Amino acid sequence: MAKSALFTSSIGKKFLMGLTGLFLISFLIVHASINAMIWFNDGGVTFNKYAHFMGSNLIVRTMEIGLFLGLILHVVDGLWLYKLNREARPVKYAYNDEGTNSSWYSRSMAILGTLILLFLVLHLANFWVKTRITGIEQFGVDAEGQENLFAVMQAVFQSPIIVVIYVAGCFSLFWHLLHGFKSAFQTLGLNHVKYNEAIAVLGIAFSIIVPIVFALMPVSILLGWVR
Amino acid sequence: MSELNSKIPEGQLQEKWQHYKEHAKLVNPANKRKLEIIVVGTGLAGASAAATLAEQGYKVKAFCFQDSPRRAHSIAAQGGINAAKNYKNDGDSVYRLFYDTIKGGDFRAREANVYRLADVSRNIIDQCTAQGVPFAREYGGLLDNRSFGGTQVSRTFYARGQTGQQLLLGAYGALERQIGLGNVTMHSRHEMVELVTIEGKARGIIARNLITGELEKHFGHAVLLCTGGYGNVFFLSTNAMGSNVTAAWKAHKQGAYFGNPCYTQIHPTCIPVTGDYQSKLTLMSESLRNDGRVWVPKTKEDSEAIRKGTKKAEDIKEADRDYYLERKYPSFGNLCPRDIASRAAKEVCDEGRGIVPSGFGVFLDFSDAINRLGIDVVKARYGELFPMYQNITNEDPLKTPMKIYPAVHYTMGGLWVDYELMTTVKGLYCLGEANFSDHGANRLGASALMQGLADGYFVLPYTIGNYLADEIFVKPIPTDHPAFVEAANSAKERSENLMSIKGKRTVDDFHKQLGKIMWEYCGMARTAEGLTKARKMIQELRNEFWSDVRVPGELNEFNPEFDKAGRVADFIELGELMVIDALNRNESCGGHFRVESQEGGEAKRDDENYAYVAAWEFKGVEADPVLHKEELKYENIKLAVRSYK
Amino acid sequence: MKFYLKVWRQKSDKVAGKLVDYTIDNINADMSFLEMIDVLNDDLIRKGEDPIAFDHDCREGICGMCSMYINGRAHGPHHAATTCQLYMRTFRDGDTIYVEPWRAKAFPAIKDLTVDRSAFDRIIARGGFVSVNTGQAQDANNIAVEKASAEKAMDAAACIGCGACVAACPNSAAMLFVSAKISQLALLPQGGPERTLRALGMIDQMDKEGFGNCTNIGACEAECPKEIKLTNIARMNREFLKATIVEE
Ligand SMILES: Cc1cc2nc3c(=O)[nH]c(=O)nc-3n(C[C@H](O)[C@H](O)[C@H](O)COP(=O)(O)OP(=O)(O)OC[C@H]3O[C@@H](n4cnc5c(N)ncnc54)[C@H](O)[C@@H]3O)c2cc1C
Ligand code: HEM
Ligand code: SF4
Ligand code: FES
Repeated sequence: MAKSALFTSSIGKKFLMGLTGLFLISFLIVHASINAMIWFNDGGVTFNKYAHFMGSNLIVRTMEIGLFLGLILHVVDGLWLYKLNREARPVKYAYNDEGTNSSWYSRSMAILGTLILLFLVLHLANFWVKTRITGIEQFGVDAEGQENLFAVMQAVFQSPIIVVIYVAGCFSLFWHLLHGFKSAFQTLGLNHVKYNEAIAVLGIAFSIIVPIVFALMPVSILLGWVR
Repeated sequence: MSELNSKIPEGQLQEKWQHYKEHAKLVNPANKRKLEIIVVGTGLAGASAAATLAEQGYKVKAFCFQDSPRRAHSIAAQGGINAAKNYKNDGDSVYRLFYDTIKGGDFRAREANVYRLADVSRNIIDQCTAQGVPFAREYGGLLDNRSFGGTQVSRTFYARGQTGQQLLLGAYGALERQIGLGNVTMHSRHEMVELVTIEGKARGIIARNLITGELEKHFGHAVLLCTGGYGNVFFLSTNAMGSNVTAAWKAHKQGAYFGNPCYTQIHPTCIPVTGDYQSKLTLMSESLRNDGRVWVPKTKEDSEAIRKGTKKAEDIKEADRDYYLERKYPSFGNLCPRDIASRAAKEVCDEGRGIVPSGFGVFLDFSDAINRLGIDVVKARYGELFPMYQNITNEDPLKTPMKIYPAVHYTMGGLWVDYELMTTVKGLYCLGEANFSDHGANRLGASALMQGLADGYFVLPYTIGNYLADEIFVKPIPTDHPAFVEAANSAKERSENLMSIKGKRTVDDFHKQLGKIMWEYCGMARTAEGLTKARKMIQELRNEFWSDVRVPGELNEFNPEFDKAGRVADFIELGELMVIDALNRNESCGGHFRVESQEGGEAKRDDENYAYVAAWEFKGVEADPVLHKEELKYENIKLAVRSYK
Repeated sequence: MKFYLKVWRQKSDKVAGKLVDYTIDNINADMSFLEMIDVLNDDLIRKGEDPIAFDHDCREGICGMCSMYINGRAHGPHHAATTCQLYMRTFRDGDTIYVEPWRAKAFPAIKDLTVDRSAFDRIIARGGFVSVNTGQAQDANNIAVEKASAEKAMDAAACIGCGACVAACPNSAAMLFVSAKISQLALLPQGGPERTLRALGMIDQMDKEGFGNCTNIGACEAECPKEIKLTNIARMNREFLKATIVEE
């Protein structure tokens, strides 16, 4: 086996999943933190400030390309692995009691991921396309005269259907992370009896907190908790 | 009676092997590449031999009937492997291991072989450690030992309760390495069904591809049989379901003498038989006797009550218990050798004092040990064993005594081989449990693993050169040679015969019946009368088998039932030979106990008349075999009565 | 006891298989699962039918030959036990029991409940050993090995190569098996010199055999009769990383 195995072998593909997964997790932290600014409840001023920074800073914009690449890699690699894994068992069990030896969400990473992806498409159409491509001038400016992404949010989340889809997307993310977080450490070989417990706890906390933060945003706006 | 030449080298006992190695003929590397060797069996003996021969440059073809060489029955050995390393500084030495083995074998083994075995035992540990076998270690990082099987020194190396597995996986790794390098071709799921001889020399085998049923012809300049023991002739034994005598038996029919077939080791601590459906018996490690006390009630009435379930072990008062091993053998007590402990159990059960419904079982009681050491210590000491027992029997040995009974475990007999491990057929070698060599009439614990690996790693690879050096001009013989065709035809004919009977009884049915005859008459206690009767019964059984067995399925497919039928057919013939041998040996020695030959209730050996190896020559299924004797000369050890009182 | 069995019957890898119903009565609770199948087979033979082909040998949980997927679980419902160590008392009278073979592309069918696991051998042949010829070894006590490492190596070495990990894994991945051997030899100094080659070789062969890819689901660990731990897979991943990134 050549050294190029780093990318082509089964374990290489896993590494890529783990790395891109952790990378996406790091992005989620940033994303969630900025979004949390809406709870300053200052008509989106703080939020818009950071959003503007994210949208205009060159380094951040470059990283955004990396983010897309990472996401694409994660998605393509994940779905490819999924395909290979299905092919590895051409005849299925007539009766399989998988529930006794593993959790359903660990077995459903591809489906959960695909749900996230569908959600992401909607999400990007809702915001990213508008801010980066079509522009959001028609939403005016906020109290400090900044581009008003907050207003876009308020507009989008008036629709209960969209909010429900967003919350569902967050659930998918929750389960995806519940397995994915600690799984990524295992994939990267970071498994040590002394720290496993800590990673597991951190993983659970992360997969609960982050999706809740995300889910609360549309809910808050819909229910008028923030203005 | 023709002469049997055991080819023991001249010289002092200590120097024989060295001397042999220095003078044996060698084959040069270029010629080794042209020589093909067939290795049948990939247990400890076979895998180690195949790997080593391939490392040396020979072309090797290996065969086993399981789906992988890693599954040979060597894998089941739990206890450990002996070696005269003296790491414990308790006065062990090659000589002591040699002496213990000869004495343990009740003075029925060859001195020169056993000394060589003890000698190379040390290299085995080195080799296996280098292969990454995870032997138990002390905190200082060096290898740990335990004492095993009633010896006075600690010389047993172990890897938890999985020593056989770890040693086999080491040898298997070495074998797979050679397979990967292209030096060994491995034929798994293949069963040797015929030996091919040409002009008196072994030249190949016929093997059945167990998946397709095809009979394949394979040529070899030499053939090694490493096919394990034949304890399954008793149907119930601690052996694996597939363990068989077929390869050795086919060789026997082609001229290889069978040595001491009646020597069978019956292990005292196995889980008793509970029903007719039972397919095998499970060994509980010998180490349990270190802390367990063996007993039955003093009276038949109490035993009867326990059998019926009206009383429990706990209801029998201390004074009403008979700790019979401690009573009879005060100095060794519960730790006396296997054959003695087994016979004693049989005796008390025959008196009607057995404690399981069938009547054949005794208690192995840990309550004293628990009181003395505490439940946690006992639990830790026998970590894997208690849960294993509980899983099988549904009883917790920490709460109620274990129930045990002897079961067939090992066969000391096997194909007769000389010092070079060659059988009476030139170019046919036999290694491991399949040969008769080193354990005399009784094997010591932890010595079979040692012997298998000694044969395969360190003995045969030297001795085979001595033969092959003269074979370098023999070109590989094409397998359309008449001898191959004839052998294949005879195998085919026999198979078709078996299939065509379409009788009423299943193969297992016959096997169980054979087992019962063997256990009853050729088991722990044997009499002339019983053996004579048994021989007749076996002959009748053979006739019935060949006229009433039912083998389902087809020949040209995966058909485990057919494979079984072939093996049972051979077991029946072997059973008769065992009975003949047992009848011939009118003495008691080691695992062979003739009721007629005892003194004060103890086995009595007869060195004057029976200090020989009985090597039997096949003369036809219906004909009497011919006995050849190899005198056993003891030049270094004085024959003595084995006493454990 | 009485049971309703649904057993996978398949004449060979060339034809499709199906579940066939059998009813079996008078089963003793102390029988092992395989003994129950023995009884069924005895019955089938007497009736002139083809008995069920299944792999087994030692019947004491060590050879790794037995391999049945019972009621949707590799080796059946017992924890840390092989099929041959499963006893009928585990079931309730009148239960319906599904019996299927291991299913994976890399374990092609042979007949009924028997499959071909030789892929495991080929993986071992690519590095599951220490390259030391007979007679080359130094004295065993020349290298001291930390007891804790030796114990961990032994934990990993306990693998019996049964393939339950593959059978239970939703991805049919063989990582637990492969990592057990890589770990055993990585934990011992004797295995050191060949670490890189071993990791690359064995993983390459594993992929060639068509096993799936690990997604750390953990079904393998849960069903492994020898309780081989997922930690080994992480260790294998590290070995692989080292071999591909760190080593020259
Ligand atoms: C339960 C148990 C526990 C034991 N514990 C210990 C112990 O603690 N210490 C100790 O020293 N000894 C122990 N022994 C004994 C020891 O394990 C065996 O004697 C020894 O391992 C035999 O090794 P072998 O290589 O000769 O044969 P095996 O390991 O039995 O190998 C036989 C090989 O031959 C092949 N074969 C057989 N017939 C054919 C055929 N017709 N065609 C093709 N291939 C064939 C098989 O496939 C297999 O590969 C124990 C034995 C048992 C049963
Ligand atoms: C923000 C979004 C996402 C995050 C944070 C994320 C994170 C992760 C993490 C951490 C893992 C574990 C990796 C490992 O086991 O090594 C993972 C696995 C996986 N992800 Fe995602 N993921 C995201 C989106 C997606 C999407 C959109 C898909 C698309 C299909 C997807 C498909 C998968 C699959 C199939 C796996 C399992 C594969 C494996 O472990 O080998 N993920 N994800
Ligand atoms: S890791 Fe466990 S399940 Fe997998 S082959 Fe080894 S023993 Fe069987
Ligand atoms: S038959 Fe050997 S492990 Fe089950």
